[in-house]
Amino acid sequence: MIPATLPVPRAADAKLLVVDAEGTVRHHARAEFLDLVREGDIVVANDAATLPASLSGLHWPTGAAVELRLAGRDSLSPDDVSRFVAIVFGAGDFRTPTERRPHPPVLQPGDTLQLGPLQADVVRVLGHPRLIEVRFHDSVAAIWEGVARHGRPIQYAYLSEPLANWDTWTRIAGQPVAFEPPSAGFFLDWTVIRSLRSRGARFATLTHAAGISSTGDTELDRLLPFDEPYFIPPSTAGLIDTSRPRGRVIAIGTTVVRALEHAARPDGTVRPGSGTATQRVGPHTRLRVVDAIVSGIHERGTSHYELLRAFQDAEVLGRMDAEAEARGYRTHEFGDSVFVVRNRALAGQDGVGAVLVGTSSFD
Amino acid sequence: MTKTDLEELRVLITGGTSGLGRALVGELRRRGARIAFVARSREAVERTSREWPDVLGVVADVSKKDDTHPIAIQALGVLGGLDVLVNNASSLGPAPLVPLADTECEDLELALATNVVGPFRLTKALLGSLAASAREGRRPLVVNVSSDAAVSPYQNWGAYGASKAALLHLSRIWNEELLGEGIRVLSFDPGDMDTPLHAAAVPDADRSTLKHPEHAALELADVIASRIHGAAREDAMAVPEAVR
Repeated sequence: MIPATLPVPRAADAKLLVVDAEGTVRHHARAEFLDLVREGDIVVANDAATLPASLSGLHWPTGAAVELRLAGRDSLSPDDVSRFVAIVFGAGDFRTPTERRPHPPVLQPGDTLQLGPLQADVVRVLGHPRLIEVRFHDSVAAIWEGVARHGRPIQYAYLSEPLANWDTWTRIAGQPVAFEPPSAGFFLDWTVIRSLRSRGARFATLTHAAGISSTGDTELDRLLPFDEPYFIPPSTAGLIDTSRPRGRVIAIGTTVVRALEHAARPDGTVRPGSGTATQRVGPHTRLRVVDAIVSGIHERGTSHYELLRAFQDAEVLGRMDAEAEARGYRTHEFGDSVFVVRNRALAGQDGVGAVLVGTSSFD
Repeated sequence: MTKTDLEELRVLITGGTSGLGRALVGELRRRGARIAFVARSREAVERTSREWPDVLGVVADVSKKDDTHPIAIQALGVLGGLDVLVNNASSLGPAPLVPLADTECEDLELALATNVVGPFRLTKALLGSLAASAREGRRPLVVNVSSDAAVSPYQNWGAYGASKAALLHLSRIWNEELLGEGIRVLSFDPGDMDTPLHAAAVPDADRSTLKHPEHAALELADVIASRIHGAAREDAMAVPEAVR
């Protein structure tokens, strides 16, 4: 498929591929998203703002140049910024495809990294030579300042120009806790949100620390997604609980699915507050909360793609791929989108899901 | 008796090391708010932070586009969210003041960058957080510091007056547009204060006729408190006399 190579989050010609509950594939302009939303639906987006999580610097023991990509954290607490999970690359930057980047020097616990104004120690190596836990020496305020000033948005070689924070923040971006943009949210703007309300749908958010999408290393990629902390405001959980089963829950992005399904109680209500999503969502997941998802165009085999298999089976997704390919849909975070309604006849979708069928078919 | 009516309120104030901004940091802090402030000079920021260690100082220039997100990241990162943004940092344009005919183009541009475009950018970058605050029922607001020069054509105040007029109108339009999100945007005219900005504008002013910034800060803190606690008169108190 064609990669979207320019950081234009709300491209006027963006496309939306729709897979309805019966598995029928249709093609829309992304601007027609509003026509797919019905009165009573709840549209839930991830309002995490994106950290400039790429920190360039050097490895003190060898003097070698490194790039550290922050990729995980224990919680969303403002003070909890000393320890991060990070992926380390050798010399160079995003212009070199990740799979061709030189390896960093061998990293040992206790090694010091100088990352612009910040200093960090390697605490431990996490089962892969490039995956480490780091601890910053600095104060909480100095860590935030160091990341804000020295950090650059994580990006990949399909984009030719360096991204600015202006490119990576969605319109609704709030707490800066994501390591890469929760990119399905790029197509939302305040005009769309207002239109949702005027159509009798509700808009709600949660905050989920969206992680890294690709490492350039097959073995490391298999570990994705890492554990991701999230926060579900009581107002969002309340809205979902009171609106279902009549209204559908439409998740804007895979992170919203991961958070809501992690916080789902067996009866399909949502536990508000903080949590850490540790599960993989895939063909064997029984969705308890989310009825439909808006996502980017993802390539088969990625964790984002696997997540769609909780909504539709491989045969339907295969047809979706073929049509997206034939019609030139663009991949990646600034590309086109899919709107996939969950097929409740899927093997995983029994129990609670079956009780809630009612109005949920897509028409 | 100390008021503590703003406990846990998360506030970002630009121009926080002198004049009204500094007085407002002190007043809101006394009332229990959690505060981040912005100023250009690291030395001045560190001086203020030493005095009030519980307040976050951010070194940045609101007139620079690339400083927008570093400000937002530090303030949101440390405060954990935002309920109130006070766009207070202001540029006079030429200092001391001169007629428009003698105003350098760059001085006009600086006044617009600091007083209009900067507040626009910062508000835009923080809208997601302010809307999240509203959805949690916290009644967020943006206060843009205005001036009577925004409505009266005072000679020699051209760059400043024109930029503040633009900011005032921006505030009014934004307030209408953001009603649905539960975010209010207010203008606040503190009056002529005895501040470094005023001294730069009118070096030979009789300081005894000028308002103390602490007094204006008290008034502004009351405006913020009335909004946060849902008082009915919040608008009338904040809109400058001439546009009421």
